Amino acid sequence: MSKASRDAILNRLRSAARRGGDDTSARATVEGRLKAHARGTIPARGKLDRKGLIDLFTEQATAVDATVARVSALDEVPAAVADYLRGENLPTGLRMAPDLKLDACAWDKAPMLDISYGKARPEDQVTVTGAFAGIAESGTLMLLSGPESPTTLNFLPDTHIVVLRASEMVGAYEDAWDRLRTTGRMPRTVNFVTGPSRSGDIEQTLHLGAHGPRRLHVVLVEDDG
Amino acid sequence: MSVHNPTSHRFPENARKALGDETLQRGLASAKVGFRIRRSEAAARLPEFETLRDESRDIKNHTLAHIDLYLEAFEKRVVERGGHVHWAADAAEARDAVLTICRAAGAKTVTKGKSMISEEMGLNAFLEENGIEPVETDLGEYIIQLRHETPSHIIAPAFHVLKEQVIETFRKEHTHLDPDRVIEEARELQDEARQVLRERFLAADVGITGANFLIAETGSTVIVTNEGNGDLTQTLPRVHIVLASLEKVVPTLEDASTILRVLARSATGQEYTSYTTFSTGPRRGEDADGPQEFHVVLLDNGRTDLIGTEMQDVLRCIRCGACMNHCPVFGAIGGHAYGWVYPGPIGAVLSPALIGMEEAHHLPNASTFCGRCEEVCPMRIPLPKLMRHLREREFEKGISPATVRWGLAVWAWLAKRPALYRLATALPIRLMAMLAGRKGRFRRLPLAGGWTSQRDLTAPQGPTFQAMWDRKGGRRESSR
Repeated sequence: MSKASRDAILNRLRSAARRGGDDTSARATVEGRLKAHARGTIPARGKLDRKGLIDLFTEQATAVDATVARVSALDEVPAAVADYLRGENLPTGLRMAPDLKLDACAWDKAPMLDISYGKARPEDQVTVTGAFAGIAESGTLMLLSGPESPTTLNFLPDTHIVVLRASEMVGAYEDAWDRLRTTGRMPRTVNFVTGPSRSGDIEQTLHLGAHGPRRLHVVLVEDDG
Repeated sequence: MSVHNPTSHRFPENARKALGDETLQRGLASAKVGFRIRRSEAAARLPEFETLRDESRDIKNHTLAHIDLYLEAFEKRVVERGGHVHWAADAAEARDAVLTICRAAGAKTVTKGKSMISEEMGLNAFLEENGIEPVETDLGEYIIQLRHETPSHIIAPAFHVLKEQVIETFRKEHTHLDPDRVIEEARELQDEARQVLRERFLAADVGITGANFLIAETGSTVIVTNEGNGDLTQTLPRVHIVLASLEKVVPTLEDASTILRVLARSATGQEYTSYTTFSTGPRRGEDADGPQEFHVVLLDNGRTDLIGTEMQDVLRCIRCGACMNHCPVFGAIGGHAYGWVYPGPIGAVLSPALIGMEEAHHLPNASTFCGRCEEVCPMRIPLPKLMRHLREREFEKGISPATVRWGLAVWAWLAKRPALYRLATALPIRLMAMLAGRKGRFRRLPLAGGWTSQRDLTAPQGPTFQAMWDRKGGRRESSR
């Protein structure tokens, strides 16, 4: 059934495109385009040096209700996380991605934090994950699924904390795609996250925390940029 | 109830009823302005916005010219990643494909992200008939599912529902919650929906989402949401089904990135939606979560008939809703009057193409041709021009109402007789100018009560255009 429809649909599209029997050149065009990764216009606002990108990211993320804390070394992340939780009056139980970057943060320096590892469970209130990239243009985080970073950590908890290093900051989405291509893998899920969850579906008034996290907190580590 | 049996053929009655519906009018008045302001502010913040619109249009035009090849490439990548592609010529075939997958998964409940293709398919009613419970998870979709209604706006499905009505609905439907609980504010309603739907997310066997884009380069499907409901829908259950129409395909990740820059800005005035998610195949071997099966149902439903025709431009649409947010007709009557899935200017063009002229021939007439829809369309779809094509087709097919055909015939007969035409226009104009007197306007006119009930008619002033033209010496003098 699906096969017959497939052939019928493709035949109709082919004849509508009026390319006749020989589509060698059309195929070459398509193959070329798929390989070229040609960019459209990249907004000038994201063409900045590392410091400029960090400032722009902070400004854009804050504008969409994320919070950003800046620290100067991975070692300082645990204390920054503990401070944030205290300031927001949140529980100290953390569900964390089994991420190598996060392992490098000296979590034993913050013994008040109660840390467990793995995908998110319904009862987890606060999660911590790494990011693959920060995109300054719109204050967006790029998060990849993988054994070290289960996707549920990004969506199930009330509060999502993301650790981002300055060297992971880029200007535009296209820069982030190029970085991903150098890893040679396309994960199951690529999440671009811009601020916490929100909805305006009741009388077009915006409220945070529709289904995903109510709070998104970024700990930006300026140790390597 | 949620199945879309079109009522577009009753558009004039639908519209009249909508104009008299006080609740709807209250909702429309408060809702429509915000979208416009936010879009214009977002566009102003990005100097490259107009260039990006041009580029987005060109990307889609290129893709549509090679759409068979891009769809083949997309399918190949999906299969390479361990996913499945199901081609469906029409809604019935797509419904069957979904049901087969759900049955194989032993599904009892299915969570759903917002999908207009699902509306086109009438999927919810079909699943219910087959013993599977569909649960809409987008807040607006959830509200109207509980109310047994259909969406009235493509990005704000509960656009027409007032807060008091949501309170009433939640009290009636959420019977397992404390009847004395306080729910007064939108915030509290949203929290209640979050709590109720969280359990549904965790219990669902299959998650169904739509797709804003299909990426030929990688075999990825893309959704954009603000709530995160689409992500919970597609991450928690064992099976993820994507519903998409053919024209969603674009070549590369870069192409999608360009169009995404105009999508949110045109829709809600955001720089970027909270969540933009690219999904490629099922979970990988080592992953701790994510679906074990990944299916894409590719729906045609009349779209192949548009490729290569004067209507092809409509397939560039990315469903942002800007055209309806800026349409004076939509602003006056809301979405339901249009009688099928897609309201507003895009619906006036798409519906006749997808469900036929006999059913939807009224819709292209529901426009003043003010041109705002084309002005704001991020994909530069010439909506007024396409509506004009459809009006011509309506006339050629002989399905315009008798009064319209008769009126046009009389006018044509007169227009071919210049002397008579001048006389026939000059006399009533003089008469009307005289009758209107010094006020220069009519409060009420016999035979035109429908017009004057909403507004005054300005009376003609002075002689006819042709008389003035003659007095000025006509074409020759003025063209010098």
